[in-house]
Amino acid sequence: MARYIFQRIVYMFITMLLIATFSFFLMKLLPGSPLMMEDKLTEEQAVIIKEKYGLNDPVPVQYVNYLANLAQGDLGISFQQDNRGVTKILIERAGPSIQLGAQALIFGLAFGLLLGIFAALYHNSPIDYGSTFLAVIGKSIPSFVFAGLLQYYIGVKLGWLPVAFWEGFEYTIMPTIALAMFPIAIAARFMRTEMLEVLGSDFITTARAKGVNRLGVLFKHGLRNALIPLVTIIGPMAIALLTGNLVIENIFAIPGIGDTFVQAVMTNDFPIIMGFTLITGFLFIFIILIVDLLYGVIDPRIRLAGGEK
Amino acid sequence: MENILEVNDLHVSFDTYGGEVKAVRGVSFELRKGETLAIVGESGSGKSVTTKALMGLIPQPPGRIKQGEVLLEGKDLTKMNERQLQKIRGRDLSMIFQDPMTSLNPTMKVGNQIMEGLIKHQKMSRSQAKKRAVELLEMVGIPNPKARINQYPHQFSGGMRQRVVIAIALACNPKVLIADEPTTALDVTIQAQILELMKDLQHKTETSIIFITHDLGVVANVADRVAVMYAGKIVELGTVDDIFYNPQHPYTWGLLGSMPTLDDEESELFAIPGTPPDLLNPPKGDAFAARNEYAMKIDEEEQPPFFQVSDTHYAATWLLHENAPKVEPPESVQKRMQGFANTGASEKGDNA
Amino acid sequence: MANKDYDKDLFVPLEREDDTSEKISRPSLTFWQDSWMRLKKNTGALIGAWVLIIITFMALAGPFFNDYGFDEQNLIRSKLPPKVQGLENIDWLPFQGTMHRTFEAETLEDAKEDAINRFKRDEENIEMTVVDDGSNGGPAIVDAEFDVYANQGFEDEYFWFGTDTLGRDQWTRVWKGTQISLYIAVLAAFIDMVIGVAYGGISAYYGGRVDDYMQRIIEILIGIPNLVVVILMILILSPGILSITIALTITGWIPMARIIRGQVLKLKNQEFVLASRTLGASDSRIIMKQLVPNVTGLIVINTMFTIPGAIFFEAFLSFIGLGLQPPVASLGTLIDEGFQSLQTFPYLMIYPAIIISLIMIAFNIVADGLRDAFDPKMRE
Ligand SMILES: Nc1ncnc2c1ncn2[C@@H]1O[C@H](COP(=O)(O)OP(=O)(O)O)[C@@H](O)[C@H]1O
Ligand SMILES: [Mg+2]
Repeated sequence: MARYIFQRIVYMFITMLLIATFSFFLMKLLPGSPLMMEDKLTEEQAVIIKEKYGLNDPVPVQYVNYLANLAQGDLGISFQQDNRGVTKILIERAGPSIQLGAQALIFGLAFGLLLGIFAALYHNSPIDYGSTFLAVIGKSIPSFVFAGLLQYYIGVKLGWLPVAFWEGFEYTIMPTIALAMFPIAIAARFMRTEMLEVLGSDFITTARAKGVNRLGVLFKHGLRNALIPLVTIIGPMAIALLTGNLVIENIFAIPGIGDTFVQAVMTNDFPIIMGFTLITGFLFIFIILIVDLLYGVIDPRIRLAGGEK
Repeated sequence: MENILEVNDLHVSFDTYGGEVKAVRGVSFELRKGETLAIVGESGSGKSVTTKALMGLIPQPPGRIKQGEVLLEGKDLTKMNERQLQKIRGRDLSMIFQDPMTSLNPTMKVGNQIMEGLIKHQKMSRSQAKKRAVELLEMVGIPNPKARINQYPHQFSGGMRQRVVIAIALACNPKVLIADEPTTALDVTIQAQILELMKDLQHKTETSIIFITHDLGVVANVADRVAVMYAGKIVELGTVDDIFYNPQHPYTWGLLGSMPTLDDEESELFAIPGTPPDLLNPPKGDAFAARNEYAMKIDEEEQPPFFQVSDTHYAATWLLHENAPKVEPPESVQKRMQGFANTGASEKGDNA
Repeated sequence: MANKDYDKDLFVPLEREDDTSEKISRPSLTFWQDSWMRLKKNTGALIGAWVLIIITFMALAGPFFNDYGFDEQNLIRSKLPPKVQGLENIDWLPFQGTMHRTFEAETLEDAKEDAINRFKRDEENIEMTVVDDGSNGGPAIVDAEFDVYANQGFEDEYFWFGTDTLGRDQWTRVWKGTQISLYIAVLAAFIDMVIGVAYGGISAYYGGRVDDYMQRIIEILIGIPNLVVVILMILILSPGILSITIALTITGWIPMARIIRGQVLKLKNQEFVLASRTLGASDSRIIMKQLVPNVTGLIVINTMFTIPGAIFFEAFLSFIGLGLQPPVASLGTLIDEGFQSLQTFPYLMIYPAIIISLIMIAFNIVADGLRDAFDPKMRE
C-alpha cells in the first residue's frame, strides 16, 4: 500500500510538471505573450512584467524561475486587469464558483442517488424506465443548452426566477439545477447498478431470511454497501462540475472563476487562461489521487481481495 | 412422529426471456420434529429453489409459486403476505447458505448481524441481545467471542464465518433450519468440523433440519431420511438405509456410483452420462429417460408415479411397475451398496 | 396411486438412435446473431439508431432542400422567424413567420402604442387582440402579432428555421453545422480508435517491458484533464476543424487503449491463441486474425460513446469562444450565436439545441443498447 501511494504521488508530480512545462513553452510561443504585447502595455507594466518573468535571462533560467513561482502559488500577472496578480484575481472570484459547485454537487448527488435507489427498488417498472430515461437525458444534453433553455423558459417567459446575476439565493437556483443535471445522471445510473447488484447478493438474502423487513434490508444492509464505490464517480463528477461551471457562470453572468476564464478567452488575457488551466489541471489530478487512495482504504473487501487499486 | 412441515405438490417457475423455466415441478415431502431430511441432487435440480420457496424468498418477478402448499405446523406459508412471512423467517424457519464468504454483510459487525434477529423476534434490548450473541458465538465454537462480536466478517476465516452464519440462523431457536449446501464451499477438514457442529447442535436444540447437498457422502453422515431430486422433482424418498442399501431409482444408482470411496481400490468412478433436461421445455415422459440406460418406451410417454417400496421408501421409476422387466443396479453400484452394508453407511461422511 | 393398466409393449427397453441426450434442444447462435437478437428487442436503441440515420441524412441533404447558401448574407432579410408552407396558418405551431408579444400599460391606447413602437411602427402588419381594455381597474393588455415577412417584403419566401442576424438561412446553416459537428466527432473518434487499439493492443500483446513502459506513459497522461489539454492545444493551433479534431484526440485515445489492453490480456492466454501460436502463426497475423475480431464489440461500443463526447466538446469550445470561427458553422457556434439573442429571437438557439440534444441522446441510447447486446453483464 505504501509503495502504491508513493508511486501515485510520483506520477502526480510528473503529470503536473508536464502540464506546467507545456504551459510555459506555450506562453513563449503565443501571439499574446508578454514580449509581443509590449507595445500595448504601459511603461510601468512592461517593467513589472520584464522583472517578474526575468525576460532577460536565458530560457532555462526563466523556466526554473517560473516553476519556483508556481510552487509559491504565483501564476503571473493579468494583461487586462491593471496588472493585478492572476492568483489574486482567481482567489477573489472563487467564492461564487465554490458555492455553485457545492450546491450542484449536493443537490445532484442527493437527487441522483434517490432516483437510482427507486429505480433499483422498482426494477423493470415504469419508475425504473423513467429514471433511466432521465439519466440518459441528463447525461446527453449539454449543460449550456440546458441552461439556455432553462433561462429562456423559466426566467424570461415564465418569469419565475431571476434571469441572471448573483445577488441572493433565488439567483442560485437555476444555475444550480443546470449544473446538477450531469451529477444527477451519473449518480442515478451508478446507484441503480450498485443497488441492483447489492440487492441481488447473498447477504441480502441472509438478512431477509432473518426476517428483516424491506426498509431494514434496503437501508441497513443495501444502501451502505452500495454507497461504498461512490468514490469511483467523484472523478467524472468533478470534471463535469469544472467544465459546467465555465459555461453556466457565463450564461447566468455569475462573477466566478469560470466566467472570468471565458472573459479572458474573449479578451486574449493569456495569463488568466494559463492560470485557470493550471489550477484546473492540478485540482483534477489531486482529486483523482485522493479518489484512488480512498478507494484502496475505504472498503475492507477491496483491500482484502487485493483488487486493482 | 409429528410432522412440523409439510410440502404438497409445490410448483415454482421463473418467467425469463426464453419462456417459463419450470424449476420445481410438483415436490411433496414432510419433515418430522427433530429429524434431518437431506435433499440430494445434481446442481440445477431445483433444491435451492424449493427451499427458497419454503422461506418465501423466491425473487418475484421473475419467480412465482405456481401451485402447492407449504404447511408449517398446519399454516400455509404460500398464502401469507410479506409482513406475516417476516415474522416467521428467522423465528420459526431459518436458513444457512452455501457461501460463507458472501452470505454475511461485509460492512456490518458480526455481533450486530446476530443481534438483528434477536431484537426483532424476541424483543430483546441491545444489551440482552449482545449477551446472547456472545453465548451463541461460544456455542458455535468461536474462541474469544466477546472480542469477536465487534469484528467485521472479513476478519474471519471461511469456516469461522460459516459458524457465524449458523449462530445467526439458530439465534431464535427456529423450529426448522434449512441448510443449503452449508459445507460445499469449505475445505474438507473444515467441512467435517461444521457437520459435527451441526449434528451436535441439533442434539441440543431438537431443531428439524433440511439439509441440502449434491454430495451423497455428506448425507450418510447427517441425515435420517433422504429425498433425491432430479429436474425439479423428487424421484426417490426414503430413510438413509433405504437409499444406501436398497436404492431403486436409476438416478440414485448413478449418484451412488459416482461417489468416490476411500476403501474401494479399483475406484471405478461412474459418471451419469449426458446433462439434465432443459427446464424450459421439460420432456413429456420421465425427465431422466434420456440419460437412463434402463429406459423403456413408457418412459418417453408418461411420467412415472411414486411406487411404494416399503413403509418408508418410495421411488418414481417405471422399473417398479409390475410389468417392467426386473433389472439390477450396475455391478459397481452393487459393490458399493455391499460396502455400505458392511461398514455402516454413517462412516462414509468423511469422503467428501 | 400407481396401478392403472399399461400396455405391456410399453415396458420394453427403449431403442434410441445414438445419444439423444446430447441433442441440443435450441439452435445455437453465433455471438453476432445473439447480439443482434438482443439489440432488436431493445426498442429504445432502435429508435435511437433511426434518429441518427435521419439526422445524418439531413446533415448531408438538408442544405440542398432550398436554394439558400449557408453563408449567403442579406441584411434586409435578417431575423425572420421560422415560416413553413402549409404550417403557416396553424396558430399553435411556431411556423407562422410572425413575432408574438403581449403588451401591458395603464390605458389601452398606451398598450397599443407600445406594440406599434416595438414592431417598427408598421401598423399594417400588426394584428392586435385586446385581452383586457383596462376599464375594470387593472392594466390594459394587448396581444400583438407582427408579420415580419410582410414587414420586410418577403411574403413569398419561406425560411423554415428563420434567418439569423445576418440574414442567412438558418435551416441551411443548422444542417451544415450538424454536418460539421458530426464530421469532427466521427473523425476524432476514428483517430482515437486507431491509436487506442494499436497502443493497447501492442502494449498487451508484447507484455513485459514494453507493456510496463507504455503503461507508465498512460498513467501520466491520464492525469491531465481533457479540458486542459484541449484548451492548450486550441491556443497553439488556433481554432479550425482540423485543430479541434487534433485537440480532441490528444488524450482521447487513452480510454480505448486501456480497454483494449485489458481485453487483449484476457484473451491472450486463451487456448485458441496459444494453439495458433504453436502452429507457428506470426504475431501480427495472430493479432489480426484472432484478437481483433474478439475485441470488435468493445471497440464499437467505446467508439459509440466517444462520438457524443466529441460532439459535446466541440460545442463547448465554440460556446466559450475557442471553437470554429465564422463563417464556418457547427452546432456549437450556432448555439453560441443563438444564445446571444436568446431573449428576442429564441428560435435561433432552439433548433440547433434540439438537434444537438437529439444526437447526444440517440448516441448514448444506442451505445447503451449495444453494450447490453454484446454482453448483458458488461459495465462501463
Ligand atoms: N432467478 C432465476 N431465474 C431463472 N431461472 C432460475 C432462477 N433461479 C433458479 N433458476 C433455475 O432453477 C433451476 C434450479 O435451480 P437451483 O434450485 O438453484 O438448483 P440447485 O439444485 O443447484 O440448488 C435451475 O435450472 C435454474 O436455472
Ligand atoms: Mg443450490
